[in-house]
Amino acid sequence: MSQQAVNGVQSRGKVLTLDNMNPNVKQVYYAVRGPIVQRAVQIEKELKEGVKKPFTEVIKANIGDAHAMGQKPVTFLRQVLALCSYPELLEDTKFPEDAKKRARRILEACGGHSIGAYSASQGIECIRQDVARYIEKRDGGISSDPDNIFLSTGASDAIVTMLKLLVCGEGRDRTGVMISIPQYPLYSAALADLGAVQINYYLDEDKCWGLDVTELKRSLNAARQHCNPRVLCIINPGNPTGQVQSRQCIEDVIRFAKEEHLFLMADEVYQDNVYAEGCEFHSFKKVLFEMGPEYSNTVEMASFHSTSKCYMGECGFRGGYMEIINMDPEVKAQLIKLVSVRLCPPVPGQALLDLVVNPPQPDEPSYATFMKERTAVLAALAEKAKITEQIFNTVPGITCNPVQGAMYTFPRITLPQKAIDKAKAEGQAPDMLYCMRLLEEEGICLVPGSGFGQREGTFHFRMTILPPTEKLKIVLQKISAFHLRFTQEFS
Amino acid sequence: MKPVSFVRQVLAVCLYPELLKDNQLPLDVRQRAQRLLQACDGDSVGEDWKKVVVKLLAGVEGEIQTGVLTPTPGPHTLPKLLDECGVTMVPYQLMEDQGWALDLDDLHRALMVARGHCNPRAIYISNPGNPTGHVQDRKSIEEVIQFAAAERLLLLVDEVYQESVHGQGREFISYKKVLFEMGKEYSETVEMVSFHSVSSASFGECGLRAGYMEVVNMDPEVMHYVETLLCTNICAPVTGQLALDLMANPPKPGDSSYDTYTQELVLIRTTLSQNARRAQEFLNDLPGMSCQSAMGGIYLYPRLHLPSEIIEQAKKSEVEPDVLYCQRLLEGEGVLVGAGCQYGEKTGKHHLRLCTLVPPDTLDEVLARLGSFHLRLMSGTTSA
Repeated sequence: MSQQAVNGVQSRGKVLTLDNMNPNVKQVYYAVRGPIVQRAVQIEKELKEGVKKPFTEVIKANIGDAHAMGQKPVTFLRQVLALCSYPELLEDTKFPEDAKKRARRILEACGGHSIGAYSASQGIECIRQDVARYIEKRDGGISSDPDNIFLSTGASDAIVTMLKLLVCGEGRDRTGVMISIPQYPLYSAALADLGAVQINYYLDEDKCWGLDVTELKRSLNAARQHCNPRVLCIINPGNPTGQVQSRQCIEDVIRFAKEEHLFLMADEVYQDNVYAEGCEFHSFKKVLFEMGPEYSNTVEMASFHSTSKCYMGECGFRGGYMEIINMDPEVKAQLIKLVSVRLCPPVPGQALLDLVVNPPQPDEPSYATFMKERTAVLAALAEKAKITEQIFNTVPGITCNPVQGAMYTFPRITLPQKAIDKAKAEGQAPDMLYCMRLLEEEGICLVPGSGFGQREGTFHFRMTILPPTEKLKIVLQKISAFHLRFTQEFS
Repeated sequence: MKPVSFVRQVLAVCLYPELLKDNQLPLDVRQRAQRLLQACDGDSVGEDWKKVVVKLLAGVEGEIQTGVLTPTPGPHTLPKLLDECGVTMVPYQLMEDQGWALDLDDLHRALMVARGHCNPRAIYISNPGNPTGHVQDRKSIEEVIQFAAAERLLLLVDEVYQESVHGQGREFISYKKVLFEMGKEYSETVEMVSFHSVSSASFGECGLRAGYMEVVNMDPEVMHYVETLLCTNICAPVTGQLALDLMANPPKPGDSSYDTYTQELVLIRTTLSQNARRAQEFLNDLPGMSCQSAMGGIYLYPRLHLPSEIIEQAKKSEVEPDVLYCQRLLEGEGVLVGAGCQYGEKTGKHHLRLCTLVPPDTLDEVLARLGSFHLRLMSGTTSA
């Protein structure tokens, strides 16, 4: 018996404290839901309790959650999901035949014909097949193998899984992972959690957040001094910046990855969200294969997609997939083993994904309504992207690049020196001070640029373009007015 | 097994709110869906709850690893999960001949041995046990709590099978309840996280992927990081969260769905309990097999007493004997069961894990085929 046991329970400190917990976790930050959102939630509670504020609601323009901001779900998707959940409804004449057909097919592929059963860890086979067919169609016929498709719990799950596989080594050999600055903070959080080395490459704000191979080279060479760079992550269309990379740029990145022997991770969850004229989504896979066998047979890559964005906005379902290209078969076996630990991705999310890759066809009853709803959502986003850029660019001190795609704007704000000094004195990032003030004064919740990374000495915020158009206009006006007041106050 | 109607009806309405107007659906279904839809903006618990807590315990790479005491036999995903988090597994042996009860002496032994090569900081309990089906009595739970308190271990209590208790005279008592009934000396100091899930509740909605954890006495500064880690998963699937709410808040007497709901649950529970008893008796009667009664959970974990030829053949094929048994059973009879070595057994004893939450006809079929295979094997008539 240990001495402690003999002495019985003593009043000592806790077993698990800040000092003895996993130190990596302390480096994990996720700005999209960080302190500003916690304060926003608190304010909402205060409003409910009747506390008087200069506003009656908090507008949460911090997270790309379309439905939470009023976007309606697509009818066809929800009909099929309802049928899958409660199959008795298959007898109900209210539901169209094409919805029933898909529901039956999905249920047939589920254990016990129920979405409540665990599925295979890699995801339901017929859904993976549908995903492969969708990718082939999207990429002009370039073949896709269903066995290289891994369904996941949102794209986040697959991204973290891949990073887990990639990170190894100690000290100077520790894996380095290149990510864009600005970036979506899932990446920095995952790297901190895994104890990997984060390698920053800067997007060029003056060139509409374009990517430059010279910058990639600079960043890589600097990193080689202190780690072993092995991965290059790219988000296209970008988050938070919204840029849609040109075909030439994608080729350059692929060439770079091949030359420098890097694993490519292509986060393409916003692939349907492209608004600007002259911009087009080019999948990394398509470009890779069009560059010929010298590249398509050698470059190792994983690309990611999700049901949370595009026209669906079904964030809560946690549906997604990744496609792996040229992965070493022995590593793939390890990947299969790794995903089995979490059993399987949520089955409703898998079902939803199946509908996204297998939507109503022109000869089917739901086609007209489906296309109308889809077009309406994407058109609204395109319009809001344009309005946002226009309005922000009229404000002295706010510069806004065109929102080419995705769901966000990431304008640059000029802050008076006094405000910067005040923030620093309080141990706060200057753009956090700005955003907190905006929240308290106007009830608008944004995420400061410091949460995504930005060039030293510059400040930004990320705002979603998801609120309904009329509300968005009001939000834009309020932010503009706030900016002028703030600048005045600290001049 | 059939899903519970109330749950699926509410989910369907939540997914496709047009159905709120459908009079064919019970009123309480539509009212509940309405309420849930209004609430859909709330905070949530991530699904990777076990990983989140284990991750917090992990130490610095290169230094002495954190250790977690884990039951043998125990959940088969646990070793991989701990490994993924960079944490050392410290197995403690359950007592088969006492119905797989916990052995306090073995807990002490495991801890002492562990202190030589890692820093044990937590103990994982599965109650009701997976795969054993053991349900701890109050005394055993108190002993574990006292042990954890004295040895400064965080309690990780997996209670996902709490609704599946069928043993005679045995009842599920939650660790939290016992902890609080032990007085302030324990209830204000022992750090504990307990887990539940919709996968293993009577609902059996594994595919929805939702559960919850309750955290007791955790340092508030550490809690902040629990929330941060959960954020990066965004949230548990909303359909799962809805099912969780229905599990915690089922139809009450007087609600339209109450009768059907209660009938369906009673059917699930009695099926499970009858299955468990029937299967245990059958398996225990087979020569070369002994099977403890399961007091709870959805599995049976019979022991195989294999003839030496089989053990030899297994050695030659370089697999564990119970794996060889399961492979042959699958090939010969089309029945898939779990091999004991997956659940941590390294003591040279061999077991199978069999799921009892199946329709009675299916169970009869499984037992018939398994029995026939086993008898052939024992009499030496199954070829290599």
